[in-house]
Amino acid sequence: MSSSALAQPVLQDPDLALAASSADAQLSGQKTAISIRNLHKNFGDVEVLKGIDIDVAEGQVVSILGSSGSGKSTLLRCVNFLESPTMGEITIAGETVRTRPGKNGDLEAADIGQLNRLRSNVGMVFQSFNLWSHKTVLENVMEAPVYVQKRPVAECHDEACAYLEKVGIYDKRFSYPSRLSGGQQQRAAIARSLAMHPKVMLFDEPTSALDPELVGEVLRVMRALADEGRTMLVVTHEMGFAREVSNRVIFLEQGWIEEDGAPETVFGASRSARFRQFIAAQPH
Amino acid sequence: MRLLPGIPMTLQLAFIASAFGVFFALAAALMQLSGNVVLRSIADFYVFCIRGTPLLIQIFLIYYGMGQFDFIRHSFMWPILREPYWCAIFALMFNTGAYGSQIVRGGLLSVPRGQVEAARSCGMSQVLIYRRIILPLAIRQALPAYGNEVILLLKATSLASIITLMEITGLAAKMISETYRVVEVFLVAGSLYLLINFILSRGVAVLEKRLMRHTAAERPSSRVAARGAA
Ligand SMILES: Nc1ncnc2c1ncn2[C@@H]1O[C@H](COP(=O)(O)OP(=O)(O)OP(=O)(O)O)[C@@H](O)[C@H]1O
Ligand SMILES: [Mg+2]
Repeated sequence: MSSSALAQPVLQDPDLALAASSADAQLSGQKTAISIRNLHKNFGDVEVLKGIDIDVAEGQVVSILGSSGSGKSTLLRCVNFLESPTMGEITIAGETVRTRPGKNGDLEAADIGQLNRLRSNVGMVFQSFNLWSHKTVLENVMEAPVYVQKRPVAECHDEACAYLEKVGIYDKRFSYPSRLSGGQQQRAAIARSLAMHPKVMLFDEPTSALDPELVGEVLRVMRALADEGRTMLVVTHEMGFAREVSNRVIFLEQGWIEEDGAPETVFGASRSARFRQFIAAQPH
Repeated sequence: MRLLPGIPMTLQLAFIASAFGVFFALAAALMQLSGNVVLRSIADFYVFCIRGTPLLIQIFLIYYGMGQFDFIRHSFMWPILREPYWCAIFALMFNTGAYGSQIVRGGLLSVPRGQVEAARSCGMSQVLIYRRIILPLAIRQALPAYGNEVILLLKATSLASIITLMEITGLAAKMISETYRVVEVFLVAGSLYLLINFILSRGVAVLEKRLMRHTAAERPSSRVAARGAA
């Protein structure tokens, strides 16, 4: 993939230039993009999340680390209510998701309209890409802007093409997902996410399903997004990304936040034995 | 050939019944998959009864049975309901609806969870998700089996001859009673069904090929070129 495609400025995204100006945006005075308050999640009797509090400032890139089963995916999925929290509060760009107790003891969204509006502000990139298999790459990218945000088709088309250019698969725009490599599919999924102009992007192990030689192309796209100043929550096993690209690292262990801080601090001088153990077990 | 006038009647029975039957199939499938116990039980019972009894009995029951009920005899629907034509269509429709529901259900269940979650995470409403993601994927999955169901239905229309309808089989029976040339007439009648079903299955195959482009073996250059020209 050519790096020049990534170097191009994003489309007319007015608040982007602002956010891009400071990569270390988490410092005081920044607006909060996402706030997770006292988040609990039980699956039956199993308590998977035991009270998570995270505030993510605009422009912050947060890596979420943790061993398998520590609740990373569940945390991310609770943010946009793909999973119903058992307790807690999610605030997206200043607006708290209104909830009420649901049938099975978990919370459910009290106002589906509000939830869907907030969801369209939160892009999600999945480990298994989850592109719509009956639509071409271009149709995948245009779907939500046209049918959810109801923006003019021509505008969505041009923008979709620009995003596909940006992630380096413009020439694959008429292909169906099944014809793309994993890396290309994931980049298409990132473009699909970008097309909604999300305020926050969630990534759940975006490179874990990829062959090793394809990981790099996806990480490069994500690094470019980080450099633009986008707000990102990234569950990852890529220690390089966590160290170099993100400006905050959260280590999740058995449903608790065990570490939370700047990468230098966390990687450099973690007092947590569990974290040191976890790092030692990583391939890198 | 004197059997030819039966063709339009056969086609009408089959196509009207499958056109309405597909909504029965979809409704029953959605009810079976819904979390609601009452809806699910109703759909299960419907499918159980239809699949467990012969179509011929269902046709008789509808044709002779409905006149037994005063409220049906006196309803504005009676002029329709006493027609053998509509009785046959109702019976065929209920029938194909029940079998079809199992095919549609399989199609709905085959839709990958992840693709639905992706749609939800984009903020699509439930209706939009069904319209844009779930149904298109389910239809693609169910199409071959559903095409087969339409062929079965087309052959099942021959039973309508028993309540006096002059479709292909009805005409054949009438001709035989006049000419006593049993084998010749049934051979011709059979050939007509064969021909119709041949065309039908070709149609399904073409439709399938169109809809399944996303899984067919690729020739990338021709694809892009074709799209670019369109
Ligand atoms: N739908 C579910 N029903 C029941 N248990 C679940 C469900 N989803 C997750 N769990 C359980 O919750 C725990 C946390 O799962 P989660 O997927 O969040 O872990 P993770 O940190 O993302 O792990 P991995 O690195 O393997 O993806 C696991 O023990 C898992 O078995
Ligand atoms: Mg996970």
